[in-house]
Amino acid sequence: MSEPLVQIKGLKKYFTMETDLLGRPTAVLKAVDDVSFDIYKGEAFGLVGESGCGKTTIGKMLVNLYTPTSGSILFNGTDLTKLSDTKRREYCRDIQLIFQDPYASLNPRMTIGDIIAEPIRINKLMPSNEVEGRVNYLLNCVGLANHHRNRYPHEFSGGQRQRVGIARALAVQPKLIVCDEPVSALDVSIQAQVLNLLDDLKEEFGLTYLFIAHGLNVVKHISDRVGVMYLGKLMEIADKKELYQNPLNPYTQALLSAIPVTDVTHKKERIILKGDVPSPINPGQGCRFASRCFKEFEGCDKICPELSDVGGGHCVACRLYDKGQIKKDA
Amino acid sequence: MLLEVKNLKTEFKLKKGVVNAVDDISFSVDKGEILAIVGESGSGKSVTSLSIMGLIAEPGKVAGGEILFKGTDLTKLPVSELQKIRGDQISMIFQEPMTSLNPVYRVKDQIMESIMTHMKLSKEEALKRTVEMLDLVGIPSPEKRAGDYPHQMSGGMRQRVMIAMALACHPELLIADEPTTALDVTIQAQILELLYSLREKLGMAVLLITHDLGVVAEAADRVIVMYCGKIVEEADVKTLFTDPKHPYTVGLLESIPKMDDERERLYMIKGMVPNPLKMPKGCSFSDRCEKCMEKCKEHIPALIEVNGAKVRCFLYSDAEEGKV
Repeated sequence: MSEPLVQIKGLKKYFTMETDLLGRPTAVLKAVDDVSFDIYKGEAFGLVGESGCGKTTIGKMLVNLYTPTSGSILFNGTDLTKLSDTKRREYCRDIQLIFQDPYASLNPRMTIGDIIAEPIRINKLMPSNEVEGRVNYLLNCVGLANHHRNRYPHEFSGGQRQRVGIARALAVQPKLIVCDEPVSALDVSIQAQVLNLLDDLKEEFGLTYLFIAHGLNVVKHISDRVGVMYLGKLMEIADKKELYQNPLNPYTQALLSAIPVTDVTHKKERIILKGDVPSPINPGQGCRFASRCFKEFEGCDKICPELSDVGGGHCVACRLYDKGQIKKDA
Repeated sequence: MLLEVKNLKTEFKLKKGVVNAVDDISFSVDKGEILAIVGESGSGKSVTSLSIMGLIAEPGKVAGGEILFKGTDLTKLPVSELQKIRGDQISMIFQEPMTSLNPVYRVKDQIMESIMTHMKLSKEEALKRTVEMLDLVGIPSPEKRAGDYPHQMSGGMRQRVMIAMALACHPELLIADEPTTALDVTIQAQILELLYSLREKLGMAVLLITHDLGVVAEAADRVIVMYCGKIVEEADVKTLFTDPKHPYTVGLLESIPKMDDERERLYMIKGMVPNPLKMPKGCSFSDRCEKCMEKCKEHIPALIEVNGAKVRCFLYSDAEEGKV
């Protein structure tokens, strides 16, 4: 495996919801709570979890839309959280974001050409007479035509707008692209087009992806490794194949079994979780998943499991796989 | 037959022209059956459900056809009569649980409203029934939660409240328009399981509108595939997934990322849904179809029966629309 491009270590993002009279926090939303993982050069790392699990917050911290509460983000060995604002901004060029909603992420008053050219102009990447050629090139890369340059976003369908969003992200020649649910707002037949396009561009431009999604099936296609999050914590990280064939954490198992399958010949046994995702405000001491877990046992609600390697880079945070516990079961 | 839709046409008169959102479709729903209508944005699936409920607003209108519910044509009923059926014998779950509840009323008041209107129960009895319904859809401590406002509940809970409201008067037909689209996968599994068990318990028919073929495979008995306002294929669920016929259905099934699939590239349908004001002259799928023939560009195929399923494609028959 190549060297890591991004190393996230003990990353936390807390939002203070309420304070007492003296301004001390009484209710803290722990959106991301002590998360560590690496993204290697040239890979697509899938980050999966349900609403409110903190996956988007991690993406936003990478592109500097949020400042982490604590922890570090090493990008090519430089700790982004320790940089001054001006220095930090230079790194924004290397990390770009593709947004979830293509209807809300393009300025309706700008032409497609201006939308794509704006980051090039702001970063002064090339003389102004070359910008047009570059925009045409980018449009062709994402499967649009030169003449689309003078049109406005409302003239395009959802899939085409998402292509514009991708071209804009590519404009500054980034090294890492954070794809925040780039296909969840699109129709099935268009989803496949955009996923294939992202796959092609990764090869062509030598990109690295952090691919955020709420369903494991979309991530499966594009990712090399996958991390599963629940309520601000990483529950499991593994190679794609390993994770899908041998999910260890009960939450991953439930998430996999919840995906509706189109195979009508054999209905699978599914794990139906009880209850809703609990509130991330002032979570308890124990495992975040304990209240809904179907394999919960004594102590799960008190002891928070650490993410640990169970072999071959497959990391899981669950007390079922603690060494002492395995012995007891055997 | 509980519901029979015959040659339904719903059109929207716009400045730029007339959009035939639903273009001459016919289908029926039997007692206790789950019929799914699948299609992508703009296929006319939601307009179909709104037409049945009589909820099409200006500039749209039902331009032709019949909607027979237990033999009565709903399109010809005056609004006052329709209101007696809506919410009582036919009810609907909407897509967005976040926006379809009234934020300033308590959940119980919203559910009691329809119970008191249709079942003529007293306030106490209606409250009792409301709590029963909330219990039925799996809301924990229903007596307490009934007094909550919608914002105090999560998305999954609100969708359960919507279902409780829809089921409160024991409808014979439930129209569920994308009931799980706005929800997370683990909650989606809960809600589908709930709909399925309620169908068994109460024996109601469900018209399930969705774009997710996975949901269809899990829940439905029979499936209708719509494209650009027309039915392109109709089959029972097993036939549709094991032996899809129309190139569009085949493409849709192929393009879903599957869990047990090792391919590196996804299959994709090229192009996109045509502009409803500039429909192709022939088959509406012709310009995206891999198996398109000369004929497809000029003539519209008819929906004909092939081995117990119905399909609209020249690959299976030469019959043309309107010339049978």
